[in-house]
Amino acid sequence: MDELLKLIQSNALESHENLARMLGLAPAEVSRRIADYEKRGVIRGYQAILNEDQLDLGKVTAVIEVKVTPQREGGFDTIAERISRFPEVRSAHLMSGTYDLLLFVEGRTLRDVAAFVSERLSTLEGVLSTSTHFMLKTYKRFGVLMHQTTTDERLTVTP
Amino acid sequence: MSASLSLRDRLNVTVRDIPRSGIRDFFDLVTTMKDVISLGIGEPDFDTPWHVREATVFALERGATHYSSNLGYLDLRCALARYVAKTFGAEYNPDDEVLITVGVSEALDLALRALLNPGDEVLYHEPCYVSYRATILFAHGVPLEVETRAENGFRLTRAMLEAKVTPRTKVLMLNFPNNPTGAVMSRADLEDIAAFAIERDLIVITDEIYGELTYDAPHTSIVSLPGMRERTIFLHGFSKAWAMTGFRLGYACGPAELIEAMMKIHQYTMLCASSLSQKAALEALVRPEADVTEMVNEYRRRRNFIATAFAEMGVECHRPLGAFYAFPSVAKFGLSAKEFSLQLLREENVAVVPGTAFGVCGEGFVRCAYATNMNNIKEAMIRIRRFIGRR
Ligand SMILES: Cc1ncc(COP(=O)(O)O)c(C=O)c1O
Repeated sequence: MDELLKLIQSNALESHENLARMLGLAPAEVSRRIADYEKRGVIRGYQAILNEDQLDLGKVTAVIEVKVTPQREGGFDTIAERISRFPEVRSAHLMSGTYDLLLFVEGRTLRDVAAFVSERLSTLEGVLSTSTHFMLKTYKRFGVLMHQTTTDERLTVTP
Repeated sequence: MSASLSLRDRLNVTVRDIPRSGIRDFFDLVTTMKDVISLGIGEPDFDTPWHVREATVFALERGATHYSSNLGYLDLRCALARYVAKTFGAEYNPDDEVLITVGVSEALDLALRALLNPGDEVLYHEPCYVSYRATILFAHGVPLEVETRAENGFRLTRAMLEAKVTPRTKVLMLNFPNNPTGAVMSRADLEDIAAFAIERDLIVITDEIYGELTYDAPHTSIVSLPGMRERTIFLHGFSKAWAMTGFRLGYACGPAELIEAMMKIHQYTMLCASSLSQKAALEALVRPEADVTEMVNEYRRRRNFIATAFAEMGVECHRPLGAFYAFPSVAKFGLSAKEFSLQLLREENVAVVPGTAFGVCGEGFVRCAYATNMNNIKEAMIRIRRFIGRR
């Protein structure tokens, strides 16, 4: 992967000047490449990684395994894209193994999510079965540890 | 009864007369201050790779708490022989040509003590790692320092060595990639040095602890050049590339007779390196590329950042090509390296190390280690820019 993408993936707020210094490029070149990635849809947005457990948000997240019948034209994509359009569905992936789609679904309460599953998801044509697991606590997200307190154990000057 | 001698007078004179490391003095000062951004740390900010730490815990549970053989665990020596052959281009027999030590620090001491008779001379290049001169003196050798210069990218040349060598010179010590300058030597540079060592029949001790950390071209080891293996002691360890400083694990590879001599001292003074650390090192060698490459990429970005930032400020800094140090010149500010470092620390809470800690010829330079995270580096560069703007 382009080193520039790696850098903004780990810190999207980095200034173009600093990115240029790190990569040994001109700042204008960095801006041009980022604009190009945005235009091509490689970069689809910029978000913060939150430790939501710390916020008491009054919401629940469920991980849902879904079995579906692939359609004659469009295979899994048609049904998966339909499911992805629900705002409750935060992420959706096609999987190998005993089920087909893995969804991360958010709702305000357990009851909300259960209603979404039974009324909206299961009733879709092509959905064969679902299995819902509620998430209890997050230890790591997007490669970032949620419980780490960073302490530097090193002495301040060493040979 | 005669007055008893003071304790100081009873000390071994060599030890008594060697000054404390300049880095220590600076450290003592920095520790009295708060919120310092330190570019003074000569060790990685990265954590030891998790699989290595995990394997260490496992080894502890499994009872790796006993002495190992003097040379070190055989499986580790085998893995090291393979790694050194692949990465540095020299073949060693794990049975009698590899010795596991307590860091490169111990290996350096063993090598010098094994080789030197009182009065034997050792050529080494400055600016250099703080221990070299003292370790030579402790081994009753005579240090012959050779000055490397910024104009040459702090590389060592044959002419510099020719100017210092005498018939009593026995050993040549090398350290590339270099602490504190970040200098590296190309294959062609090393060929000249190798020819000199062969002609003068010198033993070479090469400290390649930063061997994995090069940013623009792969590292060449002098030991891989024709005729060098039989006269070279190759030193390396896990402190830098694997971020394992506290494990205290290093190793020496060399011809059996030299390793045997080093082993004798090690046997009687150290017995063996930490068993637990040896287990950790074995795990580290399971997938060296994966662990090291990511860190090297990040060091390269930091190197680029620092080099560009100094250039933007108009501070002269030869391009650091290896290790994790930049060694800019501060001579134009009309302050000594020490005074520059002190004022920078007091006014902007940024710690750098005066070049003089690494030899007299380090005057006019400061060492900025980029083994600290990018945010610290960015902030440090802003502060340094502000500081020199006032000069
Ligand atoms: C050039 C050089 N050699 C040796 C050492 C010591 O390494 P070890 O931790 O293996 O004793 C260092 C540490 O800073 C170093 O920079």
